[in-house]
Amino acid sequence: MEGTGHAVCLGPDIDTDIIIAGRYLRTKDRSVWAEHVLEDLDPALAPRLRGAVIVAGRNMGCGSSREQAPVALKEAGVLAVIAPSFARIFFRNAINVGLPVIECDGVPCTAGEPVAFSLDEGWVKAGGVRYNARPLSVRMQEILDAGGLVNYWRAKE
Amino acid sequence: MTTLSERILGACAGEYVDRLVDRAFAHDGTGVLALEAFREMGRTVPAFPERISIFFDHLAPANNSQTATLQAELRDFAIECGLHFSDVGEGICHQLMSEGRALPGEIVVGADSHSCTAGAFGAFATGVGATDMAAIWAGGSTWFRVPETTAIQLEGSLTGAAEAKDLALTYVGRLGMDGATYRALEFTGEGASAIAMEGRLTLTNMAIEAGAKTGLFYADNITRRYLAEYGHDVTMQVPRDPDYAQEMVINLDDIVPVLSIPHRVDTIADVTDYEGTPLDQVFVGTCTNGRYSDIERFAALIRGKKVKTRTIVVPASRDVLLRAGRTGVLTDLIEAGCIVGPPGCGPCLGMHMGVLGEGEVALSTANRNFRNRMGVGAEYYLGSVATAAASALAGGICAPEVP
Repeated sequence: MEGTGHAVCLGPDIDTDIIIAGRYLRTKDRSVWAEHVLEDLDPALAPRLRGAVIVAGRNMGCGSSREQAPVALKEAGVLAVIAPSFARIFFRNAINVGLPVIECDGVPCTAGEPVAFSLDEGWVKAGGVRYNARPLSVRMQEILDAGGLVNYWRAKE
Repeated sequence: MTTLSERILGACAGEYVDRLVDRAFAHDGTGVLALEAFREMGRTVPAFPERISIFFDHLAPANNSQTATLQAELRDFAIECGLHFSDVGEGICHQLMSEGRALPGEIVVGADSHSCTAGAFGAFATGVGATDMAAIWAGGSTWFRVPETTAIQLEGSLTGAAEAKDLALTYVGRLGMDGATYRALEFTGEGASAIAMEGRLTLTNMAIEAGAKTGLFYADNITRRYLAEYGHDVTMQVPRDPDYAQEMVINLDDIVPVLSIPHRVDTIADVTDYEGTPLDQVFVGTCTNGRYSDIERFAALIRGKKVKTRTIVVPASRDVLLRAGRTGVLTDLIEAGCIVGPPGCGPCLGMHMGVLGEGEVALSTANRNFRNRMGVGAEYYLGSVATAAASALAGGICAPEVP
């Protein structure tokens, strides 16, 4: 899996409450989450996420286990999320819903500039420099390749 | 030698394993999505229904008809499949798991980040998301990366007005919000042996706030006595000289009443540094501090006096509420001017009764003070039950008196 998108820069310790607030969780309508994703951080951000690669600081996705957080990012059009470290539940959830998450140190972020990634070859490219990403476990790679845990299970049956 | 997590998962730190889950649970917040994913997986009946619980606690009772409709679908599924089902008013999933539903040595997985709470019994207890839960319903097992362990070695004993909650905030502050990411915490040492079961639950509950996968106590005589009240005869666990990735020593005599400052759980300060900060609300409850001993302690501190700010008390379970009724604690709370809510999560996650307004400031006994979580544009401090009582009586942040 590979791709290129425009960079959207986020700081460290972005919690899942700020990704999608509790007040929007009383629904199964994914478009609601996509519309309000990261609203409390920057109300103008959601429309800029289509085709974006998020470059976040460490501990991305900490806090609540709400799976609506990676779903909201994916539904809003985010291609991948890159960070030096992720909170573990968010990391699992993202893979399970088919949103590529890439652990990679030192990736600089300039908003709007292109960021490329290859999960198969394990790298991120930004500002003309290539950074080595930490590989996913075999199982997580399989789940992501299937497009998420639901598809992985359906294929297994 | 092996850590408790390694013993329970039966593999060494760093290895990936598939394990059957002994107890799996979801709540009304995550269960709705789990059910959707479960059905998308082409499933109708869970593999091990007797191992699965559904708890309605997040919006309990439902706040509007949209929520009620979503809950009805999940309720029907739980009852039709013969799952253990706990309806609105019964209480918080983590509290009900700790009322005899999680045992030493078990693998406990909940679709909620604070599922690490049950590690207080010597279980490997951790949180996952909705689709992981759906897969557990479908096949009964899930995968784990066996975590490395950070030991929190406790020496001495708590003194003065300091509580387990002050210790919890202190260790999160020292580790930082991601100081234990991908790891387990083990609470060890003579100081750990002296902490009562309810205090242990407060400590393991907050393991996730340092990023940890779980937090564990070894099952000892305190665990045995506590679980015997729920009809369980459990075996004690003894540490076998475990290899820890990191060790942190905390002397309990040094712990003082502290606060977590808005909007990061790991920003800790002495309560005395913030004394006099006016409060619009005090909230006592949640899976961190809504247990009977918490409510009883709070009531004892405000008995015969009047609170000077809006004060909401939410018992963590029906059993806690029932006991509070029988012992007169409930009367003390009501006479002192508190609002008592139905057992559940209350305003903690900002979705239901007691949320804060813009610019309002609160003190809460919960575990998270993320920006906007308990109310858009609000600020709230996390503290102990004793700090909440002193502050409710003062109408602003106030350090508790040494008893």
